[in-house]
Amino acid sequence: MSRLGRLERLTGRPRAGAGAPSSWSLGDRIGLGLAWLSGISLCVVAAVIVAYMAYKGLQFLHLEMLTTSPEASMDQSKSGGFLDPILGTLLLTVIGIAIAVPVGVGIAVWLTEYGRPAVLARAVESGIEIVAGTPSVVLAIFGLLVFQQAFMGIFSFTAEGGAVFGRSFVTAGVMMSVVALPMVIGSTREALSAVPRHVREASYALGKDRASTIRRVLLPSARSGIATGATLGMGRIAGDTAIVVILLGASMTITPEGGLLGLLRGTGSTLTSYVYNNSPAGEGNAPEKAYAAAFVLLLVVLLLNFVVGLIARRSEPKWS
Amino acid sequence: MEAASLTTAPGTGSRGRDRTDRRVELWLGALASAILVLIAGMVIFVLLKGMPSFAHNGLAWFGWGGSVDEQLMAIFNSPADPDEYVYELRAWPLLYGTALITGAAVLFSTIFSVLASIFIVEFAPRRVRQVIEPVVRLLAAVPSVIYGLIGILVVVPWVARHLISESRKESVAYVIQLDGTSILVGVFILVIMICPIMIAIVVDALRSVPDKWVQGAAALGVNRWRAMRTVSLRAIRPAIVAAAVLATARALGEAIMLSMVAGSVGFAPNPLDGLTFFLEPARPLASTIVDNAEGLSVEPFGQTMYAFAAILLISSAFLSFAGWAARRSFSRYTLGDR
Repeated sequence: MSRLGRLERLTGRPRAGAGAPSSWSLGDRIGLGLAWLSGISLCVVAAVIVAYMAYKGLQFLHLEMLTTSPEASMDQSKSGGFLDPILGTLLLTVIGIAIAVPVGVGIAVWLTEYGRPAVLARAVESGIEIVAGTPSVVLAIFGLLVFQQAFMGIFSFTAEGGAVFGRSFVTAGVMMSVVALPMVIGSTREALSAVPRHVREASYALGKDRASTIRRVLLPSARSGIATGATLGMGRIAGDTAIVVILLGASMTITPEGGLLGLLRGTGSTLTSYVYNNSPAGEGNAPEKAYAAAFVLLLVVLLLNFVVGLIARRSEPKWS
Repeated sequence: MEAASLTTAPGTGSRGRDRTDRRVELWLGALASAILVLIAGMVIFVLLKGMPSFAHNGLAWFGWGGSVDEQLMAIFNSPADPDEYVYELRAWPLLYGTALITGAAVLFSTIFSVLASIFIVEFAPRRVRQVIEPVVRLLAAVPSVIYGLIGILVVVPWVARHLISESRKESVAYVIQLDGTSILVGVFILVIMICPIMIAIVVDALRSVPDKWVQGAAALGVNRWRAMRTVSLRAIRPAIVAAAVLATARALGEAIMLSMVAGSVGFAPNPLDGLTFFLEPARPLASTIVDNAEGLSVEPFGQTMYAFAAILLISSAFLSFAGWAARRSFSRYTLGDR
């Protein structure tokens, strides 16, 4: 219920001049109309995007696309499916989040529980904002710069003559973790500061020091906050294109450098880069494949979004 | 922060335990400081790598002259001898394209987001509100490549068919080809992409305006729209600024979607062309980098790309910092008296 609506109910009837919109001046009515228009058009745009993607996706998506690898062909019926991009998205998301969660939780704990010296804490806080605002294309080419250094050679493929390629699942995953980091830190901090002070004091009173209070009391109670942050971060990683295009190499299929470790050092593609390459803007130009893959990608992102809602609804521990 | 006032509380344990605690604090502090190292590293490395491009052109780097795409091509095709690297570049069309698309998108998005936020907070019936909040989250979550795909396969062809007449095409045929990819489509889709960010911040701020302020206005006899406009909106001005600043940072960095729908031509749309202006293509800095990812290994060309990245990095860092500061001051001073 809006606040003024509540007021009108409280006072029994609308106040003079504050009544039904039909009694308002023309300007006010136009304003009200524009507000309604923007709100409704938001819903319409979202509905159109989802409906259109579902329509095109279901039209072009065949089950065997999910289980076959892409193949180079000008003919859309022969260019295979997108098993490799799906696995690529999965692998990259796992690597990125596996790095982002421990680091992000650590930083959030330090900010809420220690945060000394205060100057450093403020600097770190604004630093997180800066990282969150850094375009992923800048992160990508910075990552390339770092991982092409000779001593970073173990993370990717080294050409004959010693030039380090710098592009692989690990290098892309590391930069992806930077993309997810602000989300993890943000929701973990929120969850930690929701834990009331007396809970910490109770733990101290039992003779626990701060480190074990964090591990045994605070982190367990911040679990769903951490999960929310991780899920949001996974959505960002799965949806990012620039880092994949620049840092994962341009190979359509997953190309390991031999063995499981080699897989991490190898190149590949993800759903986002697959969509990009198959759109008219890319080299493939296979709109049907692009639609089908984009639909799968949208489903993944919507699913993650839904999971965030679920976690948020599952009740946090009640402290009062 | 909360525990900072309790520094003495856990000190009652044994000495060994204090040491563990101290060590944990140091490790976590070092981890947090790594963020600052990352930012410093990014600024220093990217600037150093892009420096030759700035150094060879001086201030003319930011100026105009010649076709920027031809200049980039010449840089790409530099001779292999480091002494003969080509660096000649006048980046104005790219800078202008970035500023134009970002500025227009943020302007429209600000108006739209404020209206939509007022709707969500004050006017939406409960049912509609229950729908619209997940919708905003959904729009924020859709990957940019999907926006780009819809843009290039649906919006661009529509614009090419219905908005670009033959005569309009011919009128600029000797300068630029109009094929539907345009700043109009770029800005339109960018608005859809950045308004969820703004709406989230503005809605939060509107909700934090104390009830009594709005009710006070109503008691004076103004209607709900007037109360929102004259009281709530004024109270949350810093939050609107913060939202716009953060949205600018996001728009600045949008690469994939714009490279798909805005034309990917290093062209500076000319306002003197009248309505045709809106249908002309452009290519912002971020898209330029993604489009040329393959050429990064060519030394002078790579350095030029890092120069673009340096411009993006510095402006987005500045914007994020400004947005953070604005939001911080907002939460601390403006509405502290609830």
